[in-house]
Amino acid sequence: MKRWLPLISFAILAILLGFGLKNADTKSLIPSPLIDKPAPDFNLPLVGQPEVFVSKSDLLGTTYLLNVWGSWCAACRVEHPFMNQLSRSGILPVVGLNWKDEPTEAIAWLKQFGDPYSINMSDYSGRTAIDFGVYGAPESFIIDAKGNVRYKHIGVLNQQIFEREIQPLLATIAREVSGQ
Amino acid sequence: MKNTLIYLIFGISIVLLSAFSVAAPPLEFDNQTQESRFNKLVAELRCLVCQNQNLADSDAELAQDLRREVLDLIRSGKSDTQVKDFLVQRYGEFVLYRPRLDKSTYLLWLGPAVFFLIAAVVIGLVIGKRNQQFLENQNMPNNKDQKPHDD
Repeated sequence: MKRWLPLISFAILAILLGFGLKNADTKSLIPSPLIDKPAPDFNLPLVGQPEVFVSKSDLLGTTYLLNVWGSWCAACRVEHPFMNQLSRSGILPVVGLNWKDEPTEAIAWLKQFGDPYSINMSDYSGRTAIDFGVYGAPESFIIDAKGNVRYKHIGVLNQQIFEREIQPLLATIAREVSGQ
Repeated sequence: MKNTLIYLIFGISIVLLSAFSVAAPPLEFDNQTQESRFNKLVAELRCLVCQNQNLADSDAELAQDLRREVLDLIRSGKSDTQVKDFLVQRYGEFVLYRPRLDKSTYLLWLGPAVFFLIAAVVIGLVIGKRNQQFLENQNMPNNKDQKPHDD
């Protein structure tokens, strides 16, 4: 027994370190405490139409994807073709939250890369993003018709992640609605 | 003389450049108590962008915004716990460098004590066993010194 002790300790350590390595890429992702809770209230001007305000209650009644983006954000450029594709597919409306961005730069950026947003709000101060617990762009939220946050994805969203994580959720939400 | 002028121009431009490079206006405090409360809080809160830094040390833009938010909350009369709750509600327990005691952190908080107890029990057993062996050796019948003379 005594001479096996070093080997056993080594095996336990290796297993623990292995688990650490396996989860290393998701370690910096902080789970949102907002899931299955009401989305925070907001009232923000539209990008390019600073006199028009959109609030949370204006968006009740439909499930939508809230995409946090900025023209300064390099990863958003990588994600953007998928947002365009999602918007064209008509699966659900894509609402933009333009985070700490100059509206003129945001508009120029959308002109260059395409505009997937049915509604695009400007969070110039970043105050609404704090309420949503945003800490890096891009981030995407699924908000249901009752205004509850159902899902959050941190980082670039793509077709695979959408099919694996969001499609089943949308089916669940659809069942909830028809079940009532 | 020429050198002095060059140094002077160089010095002035450094001062001017650094004046322009300040990104955010520094926070202003109403009084000493407020400042020390603020400093204590931001030292205990994690910057979400650069996750191994606290809010006090981070230069990330979000950290600047969150520092301002913390000061605004203090100004509006919120307690330290309420300020922490504000951030936990948005970013989760992860923002706290000193995690709270709840069912997901029992192992973290009580783990060291449990390990200490296990170690204490093991050491106690080992010592007890050795003592017993020592005593048994002393009472061994073949130990001539200890053997009682029965003649």
